[in-house]
Amino acid sequence: MKKTKVIVGLGSCGLAAGAGKVYDKISAIKNESKLDFELKKTSCIGMCFREPLVEVVDEKGSYIYGDVDEARAAEILEKHIQKSLPITEYVVKTDLFDTKDKGFFEGQVKIALRNCGYMDPESIEEYEARDGYKAIKSIAVKKIAPVDVIQTVLDSGLRGRGGGGFPTGLKWRFANNNKAKTKYIICNADEGDPGAFMDRSVLEGDPHSVLEGMIIGAYAIEASDGWIYCRAEYPLAIKRLNIAIEQARKNGYLGKNVFGIEGFNFDIHIKEGAGAFVCGEETALMASIEGERGMPRKRPPFPAESGLWKSPTNINNVETFANIPWIISNGAAAYAKYGTAKSKGTKVFALTGKIKNGGLVEVPMGITIRDIVFKLGGGIQNDKKFKAVQLGGPSGGCIPEYLGDTIVDYDSVNSTGAIMGSGGMVVMDETTCMVDMARFFLDFTKKESCGKCTFCRVGTQRMLEILTRITKGEGKVGDIETLIELSNQIKDSSLCGLGQTAPNPVLTTIKYFRDEYEAHIRDKKCPAKNCKPLLTFEIITDKCTGCMVCKKVCAVNAISGERKMPHVIDQSLCTKCRSCYSKCKFDAISVS
Amino acid sequence: MRIIRVQKEVKEEEDKKVDLSLMDAFIEKYKNVRGNMIPLLQHTQELYGFIPRDAFLKLEKETNLKLSDMYGVASFYAQFRLKPVGKNIIKVCHGTACHVQNATAITEALEEELKVKDGETTKDAVFTLESVACLGCCSLAPVMMIGDNTYGKLTGKMAKDVIRSIREKEVGTPCKN
Repeated sequence: MKKTKVIVGLGSCGLAAGAGKVYDKISAIKNESKLDFELKKTSCIGMCFREPLVEVVDEKGSYIYGDVDEARAAEILEKHIQKSLPITEYVVKTDLFDTKDKGFFEGQVKIALRNCGYMDPESIEEYEARDGYKAIKSIAVKKIAPVDVIQTVLDSGLRGRGGGGFPTGLKWRFANNNKAKTKYIICNADEGDPGAFMDRSVLEGDPHSVLEGMIIGAYAIEASDGWIYCRAEYPLAIKRLNIAIEQARKNGYLGKNVFGIEGFNFDIHIKEGAGAFVCGEETALMASIEGERGMPRKRPPFPAESGLWKSPTNINNVETFANIPWIISNGAAAYAKYGTAKSKGTKVFALTGKIKNGGLVEVPMGITIRDIVFKLGGGIQNDKKFKAVQLGGPSGGCIPEYLGDTIVDYDSVNSTGAIMGSGGMVVMDETTCMVDMARFFLDFTKKESCGKCTFCRVGTQRMLEILTRITKGEGKVGDIETLIELSNQIKDSSLCGLGQTAPNPVLTTIKYFRDEYEAHIRDKKCPAKNCKPLLTFEIITDKCTGCMVCKKVCAVNAISGERKMPHVIDQSLCTKCRSCYSKCKFDAISVS
Repeated sequence: MRIIRVQKEVKEEEDKKVDLSLMDAFIEKYKNVRGNMIPLLQHTQELYGFIPRDAFLKLEKETNLKLSDMYGVASFYAQFRLKPVGKNIIKVCHGTACHVQNATAITEALEEELKVKDGETTKDAVFTLESVACLGCCSLAPVMMIGDNTYGKLTGKMAKDVIRSIREKEVGTPCKN
């Protein structure tokens, strides 16, 4: 009989939710009780809303337990391991019976995330046991020529998953066509979009698939050195990448004559980013690797002609690379089977915001946004009203609820004014103010603008000032038109993607939620009841029982009244902190 | 715009305390490597928590880097600090998901607890309060990170409790409000 396995999910979100303590607890019990099971680690399976997760694999199958704290871990060991009685009400995923969260996995197709949460990311053996490095080995054994590898990638229809959507095979062909002696391949892991963590999960959960994708890419374009540009805010991803690179070197998968392919010398280095969003732009990223300020350069020349240290360079995103080994092993047709006419395969989304089941999902292209939100995501928190999703972070835009049937593919999403982006999908409900959302993104792009192009540097500043004014109730007639005019100028006059897309959040919110802007400007009201300066908190005399709770909680003593008598808020003192509103048990406080 | 992030000059006496010889090992390692400026500055900051003025001068003397270039790079990237920081850096996430889940309330609660503003260091140099764009733990929003520990699904009160327990460990006495 196979030994029972207990596997703890130790990705960043698991750790943040307390998985480290759970692992220690299980380990301690194992040592004390001499229970016979194997304790292992894995990474994120995507169910962030149920973290920490512990999987038990016994002779019947796999059971993933959710919301496991130390007490629950002890209970699972006692009942499931000792007495072989699985605790069904804690199980969130299993093939053996239905669970209440099964909707989260239905409709998902895991290609880029095929190994995340299913193996120990720090073990090259486990990666190889799951067909890892098989793709590059088959290339070596069958002596498949670089151009044929490129053809397979082209046929698969894979497009850049960083957000650009440029066909990966075509990019490789350009780099391959250049016959310079020194060429480089770069993995862009500078995932800076606020609200996105797809790449982090892949790097933490399956670093070897990214390395294998890079090795295949390097073989295809005949590159000699590879760089992974990873943001320093991802310490765990960097640690696991370093381990993976060491293991690959030891096995001879990096170095000289890799995989026995004569003359194929290739090694990978990690470059830690230093905190600049603009470095996600490819020319800025290369400047940063060269040790300079990460400021974008003019294109052309494109990196495929003159990139890192003026050598031809190919840059792809983490998710793109993670797809490559699967495509080579399973064939272009197997990948192209998923998706729509022009957008093939799957896309990973980080589903966050006001959603019940927030986490990481991989869906075939062509699924509707509504299906992602309601079928996989389980709907809106506290069953509030679904208002919009934000796609593409600060470069993207909001898609309103009534366009929820928009399908996920590059062209359909672009036609709404948003962009596919790298995969951040932030769900908003009726309490999210769209003007504040636009202001939030502009605040971000203003800070992150490198300062090279005047329109991006000054224009975003001016737009932010206008938006801040509007959210403070100081908006003027004509502000919306000024915002649109500035937006178009910034788009036209910026060198890189950051500036060219910075106005998108403003333009899409004006397009779909113009009435909210007008309510702020004309009526000095915030319909979502979010913008503090526009709110008034009042006590509804009929409902107030005089329980004194609000009076106690008010930090500025703005509430007065005797016990069992209706209280009153002094508007001149109120700081609109919402404390009274959230504490009142009788709904006796109104916000308008 | 990134250039406006230049921080205040450090007082001379605070600066003199650092032992610059600690830098020798990595200077040797990176001295002649292409694109070495950022790693050199990163290692320096790892040692001292910030980049002291004297460290810049030492790097200028012992590597091929120019002072003006180094200053340009150090003031460009958000990671680099030119003045000392607290022992524990609190990074409150203000990414989209955290913003939607009211990260502002977390920063406000911490400002109240620590009696500093965002970006400042407490008088006893135990904490520095910072805002970051995204820590990538969006489904646990709102989130903050202290050292390598991430804390998710926070409320203002929870954030304060975390700070108090760290302070207790560091100073021995809990902070009284």
